[in-house]
Formats: sequence, structure tokens, C-alpha cells
Amino acid sequence: MYRSHVLVCGGTGCTSSGSMQIMKTLQEEIDKNGLHDEVCVVQTGCHGLCALGPIMIIYPEATFYSMVKQEDIPEIVSEHLLKGRVVTRLVYNETVTDEGIKSLSDTEFYKHQHRVALRNCGVIDPENIEEYIGTGGYEALGKVLTEMTPDQVIQTLLDSGLRGRGGAGFPTGLKWKFAKANDADQKYVCCNADEGDPGAFMDRSVLEGDPHVVLEAMAIAGYAIGASQGYIYVRAEYPIAVARLEIAIQQAKEYGLLGKDIFGTGFDFDIGLRLGAGAFVCGEETALMTSIEGKRGEPRPRPPFPALKGLFQKPTILNNVETLANIPQIILNGPEWFASMGTEKSKGTKVFALGGKIHNTGLVEVPMGTTLRQVIEDIGGGIPNGKKFKAAQTGGPSGGCIPAEHFDVPIDYDNLISIGSMMGSGGLIVMDEDNCMVDIAKFFLEFTVDESCGKCTPCRIGTKRLYEMLDKITKGKGTLEDLDKMEELCYYIKENSLCGLGQTAPNPVLSTLRYFRDEYIAHVVDKKCPAGVCKALLSYVIDADKCRGCTLCARTCPNNAIEGKVKEPHIIRQDKCIKCGACMEKCRFGAISKK
Amino acid sequence: MKTLEELRAIREKMQGRVGMRAEDANQTRVVVGMATCGIASGARPVLNTLSEAVQTRKLEHVVVTQTGCIGLCQYEPIVEVIEPGKEKVTYVKMNPEKALEVVDQHLIRGHVISEYTINSVASDK
Repeated sequence: MYRSHVLVCGGTGCTSSGSMQIMKTLQEEIDKNGLHDEVCVVQTGCHGLCALGPIMIIYPEATFYSMVKQEDIPEIVSEHLLKGRVVTRLVYNETVTDEGIKSLSDTEFYKHQHRVALRNCGVIDPENIEEYIGTGGYEALGKVLTEMTPDQVIQTLLDSGLRGRGGAGFPTGLKWKFAKANDADQKYVCCNADEGDPGAFMDRSVLEGDPHVVLEAMAIAGYAIGASQGYIYVRAEYPIAVARLEIAIQQAKEYGLLGKDIFGTGFDFDIGLRLGAGAFVCGEETALMTSIEGKRGEPRPRPPFPALKGLFQKPTILNNVETLANIPQIILNGPEWFASMGTEKSKGTKVFALGGKIHNTGLVEVPMGTTLRQVIEDIGGGIPNGKKFKAAQTGGPSGGCIPAEHFDVPIDYDNLISIGSMMGSGGLIVMDEDNCMVDIAKFFLEFTVDESCGKCTPCRIGTKRLYEMLDKITKGKGTLEDLDKMEELCYYIKENSLCGLGQTAPNPVLSTLRYFRDEYIAHVVDKKCPAGVCKALLSYVIDADKCRGCTLCARTCPNNAIEGKVKEPHIIRQDKCIKCGACMEKCRFGAISKK
Repeated sequence: MKTLEELRAIREKMQGRVGMRAEDANQTRVVVGMATCGIASGARPVLNTLSEAVQTRKLEHVVVTQTGCIGLCQYEPIVEVIEPGKEKVTYVKMNPEKALEVVDQHLIRGHVISEYTINSVASDK
């Protein structure tokens, strides 16, 4: 029994900033001070505040140390763990007040959050099944198997109003109901952990921080629809998640929580892992199942829907990681509890991955219906460097941009669709006045062109042509006619593509055309990029009044495009300038600007 | 594992451990002075005894933590019990046995053991 627990974040963010080494040093220091019987070190999943990693929390005081360095460890051990003196200079500065250290749950970042799917992330050791059981884990599975019929389980989900968190928002209970209704000798439960949207990492965090919740929910799903086999399709680029899932499956089998005759009820359920090679299209349900079957990951037309003919032509349900993470809590706390959170048509909470131009990059979980303003300003801490908010991108390459005028719209599935974006898996990329919206649209199109599987023409050729038009505009060669043609092509691709990838690929273009048409027109008519991003439309110039002739820029320029004599104003030769911006960064007098 | 009872037994066993990581404004805080003076007069076994007793007795509303020197070195080891909405109680010259009494009498039953508090010890002299 330990008097103090030191939780070190072992999520991908903190691991890449050195938390594993920190953990090792910490254990060494604890041993050196003879505290190994009193203090335990626990490796957890993500705490959400990735911007401040590596993160370390010391309980029972719940002291939150952020951006911990290895050389700080001896001080933390001898001061805090031995003598009980908090090392204030290393504590997350928002928790330091005149009256002492305030609780983490009182900080702006955590105070507005409501953690359901992430409830164990950063709290338990994901590699120890007993810690999961200690927080009530596997109790929902026990309840379902001993007290509920499959129909009651499905009814509970229907009553809770849970909708798929992978993006489309299909009611989870309904999906299960369809699969249960189809009789077959074998059915399957699949978990979609092929998180592919650039900037989205909530599923990875759940898998890394609380893998057992996914296993438990899949077993519940298996019982509800009558399946005895499950598959988790996870991308191989998530090595920590894969390793923890392997450990979790192994432990669940050892404890008899997966396998034959679970809880002595005669219910069998097993789970296998399948690693994806990182193709975006494999996040689409039919392509994912084709890939599990060992074939090339390409989508096929629906119907038949997976609930009738899915994996290996058998009835199958496919749920996203975050969706599954909600289910044991719904079973234990009841559907009314879940339905009491959120808006009329979107119940519960949603996890968002905050990224881009925002102070607190990381993971947040808020009730549905929270406004963008609350997420970005209150929790996210606003935009750095006093810049102005321009737009937020949700839904990745399938979604769109939400402009400042919709800052106060409550976020839920239907509201986002009506303003031309979508929930998607929950990536939220914040953009400020330095982001060019045409360039953003081009970035996402470049992604979909790369990731289109090529099976259907509208997507394979359509996205490529769309990309070429955007490219033309960013180079200042577009015409107003191109804008109309682009819109027409967007609708054509949406209407005719085979799967979700193509059907949503034009969304970034359509939404930026809708809200930021003036920026497109500036590129086309004035041949200017207002945000100063599109290189072809920029020129770097030296202000002769400010230039002291120090020659630093001329020496910095990689292409010898700057000419001038010492102590005389220099000039940039536009024909040679490659617009790398190196001179502007180096100039000490602020004499160089881009126009 | 074949029964729900076995699952609940593991949960019971682990509850004290994961319960330590909950945050609650209504917690009772038990603070042990762990500066050089405290450690020298035996605060560490006191701290460990308190922490273990609180976890085995599943007192989820109680947090056992340390603090530095509070300036009364001659009375160490010092244990302070801070309950929300109540006056702080300061126990002095503690040892593991006395600490267990504090857990059973004060933390569980709510009776302050006045003979161990600073008021009675200081007034003896």
C-alpha cells in the first residue's frame, strides 16, 4: 500500500517529449531516497493537456507538474515526495494562487469539461486490468450478462440517444437492432480504430489510456447482437495503442473476461487485433471490413449494409472507439443519465482534439451543445500572440470551416451540418488571420487526392481536377469562371462517389467558398493572398528607410537574391527571390515585409 | 474468474488505490509535517501508518498528505486534521499507535482525541 501515487503521462504526446525517460529517472530517485515502499509510479494515458507535456500528477494532493524535465526529478522527489513541499516553479502556473495550489479541476482547462469517454484516461494504469476493475470496470458486462436480455441492452442504448462518434452520427442502438434482427450462424462486432483525420487523436488516447473500456463495450455488443467474435481495426502508426491493446486482451483472457463462458453464463466472446497500414479509406466501414478480410482496402456499394452482409458476408456492427467508450457507463448509470447531457438530438458528451492556433492544444471532452466560443476561448485559452480568430475546421478532410459569425452556435451533429461542416471524429483545428482559406482547402484536397482509393471515377479524377483548380488559384492564374466550375464539380463529386471519402471530399472547398469567397476573389481578381501564405502571390520587399545596410539579409539569402552595398539600403531582386522568408526572419530592424 | 463476486472482490481491493486519485472539495485532509525536524522525530512511520489505515478502511473522503515545517519543531511529529467547515485540529508528538487511534476515533467516529492535541500538551507545561 502506497501513501502517494505519482502519475506520469504515457500518451503519445508526452512520450515523444521524453516521459518514459522521466519515469525511469523518477523510479531511480525514489529508490535512492528509500521511498519505494511508500510511493508508487504509475504510467497512465493522456491527461488531455498535451501542450504542457510531459505531465506528472502527484496524488493524493493532485499537484499538477507540467513540462517536467529530467533534471527536475531529484528536486521533486526530495522536496515534494520526501518533505511534502510543492515545487511551485514546476507546477502548472494556472493552479498556483496566492492562497496556495488550487485543484486541477478548478482550472479553466478542466473546469468546463465533463469526462465520460475519457474518465479513466490519465487516472489509471492502462496496463493493469485491476486498476480498471477498481473504477467499476467490467461491471457493466457482468450486469448485462446476468440481469439483462439482449433486447433490453439495445433498448437502453436507444433510450440513451447515443449516436456514432466516428462522424456520421448514426444512432448506435439502431445499428445494433438491425444486426440483431438478422439471423446468421456467425456475426461480428468490429471496432473502428482507424483514426485517419489529420489532427484527430481522441481514439488513440482512449486506446492508450483506457483500452479495457473498448474490450468491455465490444463484449456487451457481442451479447446484444449475438456475436462471439470481435475485431479491432487499429492503424499500425499507433504503436503504443497497439501494444496496450495486446496487453489488455491478454489480461482480459487471463481473468476470464474474454473467452469461453464469461461469468459462467455460457456467453463466449473473443477479440482479435487487425493492424491497418494507414490508408484513410480504410476508415470507411465497407473498406475497413474488406481490409480485415485480407483483401485490398476498397469500399463496396451499400446496400447490402453491414448489418446484413458485413465482414465475411455475415451480419456485422462497426462502432468507433469513442462510441464504445461511452457504453459501459450508459449501462451502469442508466440511459436517463446519459440523455440528461447534451442537446435535444445529440446526447452525451464529445471529445475534441484541439489543434492549430490555440494555447491549450490537447484533448477536451464537453457536453454536446457547448459553443465553439467556450471550447476555444474558455477551455482552449484563446489564440496566441493576440491574433484574431478566423475560422475553426471540424471534421478533417470531410468537414468544413466554421467562421467567426457562427462562434456561438451550440456544437452538435445537426447544427454543424446546417452550417456546412460536420462533427467528423472531432478534430478541431483553429485558424487565425495568418491562415489562407484557399490554401487550407488545397491542403485537404491534396490529402484526399492522395488517399482516394481509385475505385470510382468521380473521386479518383474529380478530386484531382478540383485540386488542380485550387492550385491554379493559389498561383494567381485562376479566373472567376473557375470558381463556378469548381462549385459544379464539387456537387458532381458529392453526388456520384461510391463511398464517404468521395462524398465528403469537396466539403472543405464548398465551405470555404461559402464563407470566404472574398479570399478566393482576392486571389483571382487582385492576384493577392490576403493572409500572405500563397507564395506565388507574395513579394518580399525592403523598406529603404528602415534598412541600415547591415548585409545580414544578403548573407542569409540562399539564392543570392539580395543586392546592396554596406550601409546602404538593400534591394530584393524579385526574379531571383524564392520567397522562403529567411531574410525577413533575420532582419533586426523590421525592414523587410511581405506584400 | 467465473463469478461477479470475484470481480467485486478485485474492485474492493483496488478501490482504495484508485480512490486516492479522486478530487473532491469536501475531503478531510490529514497533513503530516515532513520537514527535517518531523522526519528526525519519526514522522515517516506516522505518515505511512495513516496512509495505509485510511486506504484499508476505505475512508474515501480522507486525503493523507505531507507538509513542510510549521515552526513547532519541539512538538513533531505533528499531524493536522482539516475537516471542511470545522476548526483545524493539531495533534502533536505522534507515533504510529497514536496515529491509528486518531484514524479510528477522529476520522471514523468524529471524536477529537483532545489529550493528543497541541492545546492540552502545551498547557501541561
